[in-house]
Amino acid sequence: MRVRIGGHVTGFLAFAAAAMLLPFALPNEYYLTVLIVGGFHVILVIGLNLLMGFAGQVSLGHAAFYGLSAYTTGILTGTYHWPVPAGIAAGLLLVTAVAYLIGLPTLKLRGHYLAMGTLGFGIIVYIVFNEATAVTGGPSGFSGIPKLSFGGRVVSSDREYYYVVWGAALLLFALAQNLVRSRVGRALRAIHTSETAAAVLGVDTGRYKTFVFVLSAFYAAVAGALYAHYVTFVSPGSFGFHTSVLLVTMVVLGGMASLWGAVMGALFLTLLPEALRAIENFDILIYGAILVLCMMYLPGGLAEGARKCWDAARSLARRGSAGPAADGGGPGR
Amino acid sequence: MTAASAFLQYVISGATVGSTYGLTALGFTVIFNTTEIINFAQGEFVMLGGMLAVFALRWGGVPLPAAVPLAVLGVTAIGVLVDRLTIRPVRGRSPITLIIITIGVSILLRGGAMLLFGKDTFPLPAFSPGGPIHLGGATLLPQSLWVGGITLLTLLAMKFFFERTLSGKAMLACACDRKAASLMGIHVESMVTLSFAFSAMVGALGGVILAPITLTSYDVGILLGLKGFAACILGGLGNPFGAVVGGVILGILESLGAGLLSSGYKDAVAFVILLALLFLRPAGLFGSSGAERV
Repeated sequence: MRVRIGGHVTGFLAFAAAAMLLPFALPNEYYLTVLIVGGFHVILVIGLNLLMGFAGQVSLGHAAFYGLSAYTTGILTGTYHWPVPAGIAAGLLLVTAVAYLIGLPTLKLRGHYLAMGTLGFGIIVYIVFNEATAVTGGPSGFSGIPKLSFGGRVVSSDREYYYVVWGAALLLFALAQNLVRSRVGRALRAIHTSETAAAVLGVDTGRYKTFVFVLSAFYAAVAGALYAHYVTFVSPGSFGFHTSVLLVTMVVLGGMASLWGAVMGALFLTLLPEALRAIENFDILIYGAILVLCMMYLPGGLAEGARKCWDAARSLARRGSAGPAADGGGPGR
Repeated sequence: MTAASAFLQYVISGATVGSTYGLTALGFTVIFNTTEIINFAQGEFVMLGGMLAVFALRWGGVPLPAAVPLAVLGVTAIGVLVDRLTIRPVRGRSPITLIIITIGVSILLRGGAMLLFGKDTFPLPAFSPGGPIHLGGATLLPQSLWVGGITLLTLLAMKFFFERTLSGKAMLACACDRKAASLMGIHVESMVTLSFAFSAMVGALGGVILAPITLTSYDVGILLGLKGFAACILGGLGNPFGAVVGGVILGILESLGAGLLSSGYKDAVAFVILLALLFLRPAGLFGSSGAERV
């Protein structure tokens, strides 16, 4: 037991150290921008993975929560000159409340109701961003959002912003890591395996599902607020169905029910378009193919792939030195 | 135009569009009843129906009376392929797996249509020539009569199939209890394939009859699929008759909402109704017990 806890803490510390040192190894500032966007995606995908991977519920409207938070803090700080922390708090609060209202009726029913409910919700929010021109600026977007600042201290350089975003990402990662190892995490996995069985064993399935749905919307809201005060401009196109699908694809590719997978999936699909400019028009086809093929042939995603490679390498090494050893069963997912 | 004739106009145009929602909903119902899968690619079948007809006409030079059945048959074949290639290999896996796979399929179909046909919006000629018919101050397009007639015929044909034919009864048996059906010698796998074929067929039919009125493009499937699902919930998930009636009611409500409130938020109406139903009456207007099928 002691060894396993040690493993997850050292894993996290190694991840944190890598994230903190990475800016010093980058050849130019452009990569910093890409990694900041990667950080938004990591936060979003960790949240969505708690919902999809651990509780087995699909949200096709996560971009709407992301956008709702970005627009709320953007409009409050830009148009109404609220202080930035107050705007962010209002955005987080609004998204949490909206997620609770959406989740309450749909989560009592089976999974596909939530998927459809969130799909519809995402489209409606997208319509509102486009139509409420007086408040949101309509299809051309909303500009003039102030840079992130705390009590007069403005975060202006990309390098500083990188640390803010990845600091938040690491904090939220640690929170999720603790959550899935707790009683709540076990309840969520029980719901994923069989809702009926979990309910019979006394898990209040409706309440846990609503909780994790609201939590994952909160993660999206954090990413949205950081996005708004980094880019200082928001437009409906960033928060449409395409983005929701991208997020689901990141979760599936990285590996459901794996937080490391969430980080891998988010970073991989953030960097892929940078590496392959030629795929610009085909990206949606690639996401579709990843969804179908991953679910059919690699349900555990990159995380499982990486673990299989690691296990294979280890057993090969062990066979070389001491012959085949009994497999210790590995940590449960 | 008086208030009464305006109201009539909204009802007529709403019922026309609603027929396609109803046929989409019927497609959802057929697959859900045999497999308990909600097929997120259902809206893409509807889109493909309209798009294939347009392109058989434009590129293939096929006359309209042949292009329409050709498009429906083409989409039916796509439905069978979807089942064979993506659903059958993972049968029995958890619902979230199947949901994500059908989402992936819908993205592939939409993306494929975008690459093949481009991002433009296309018209399809009406099935019969002739100007609008005036009716109590409102106007009725001849195409609306085609839509209503074909929807009604489809519903009757479905009813006949499920109640009078051996295959239809076998499909219903799978819906009741798959294991028992298989023990009675019913080949469940073929029934599932058949349900995908059917559902693609009615979806494509819904798409092709509506295309002359609303035009079509590669991305109409998302909203049509969503509204079809809302129609399913309205009529009670799993009830084919309820699905079609739910679609027509939804179409009328949406048209009234757009006409009387705001046209910019027209697409929001279906979702507001969907959420209200999930809150208040998840079993639908015609359902009796809870919507959960354990």
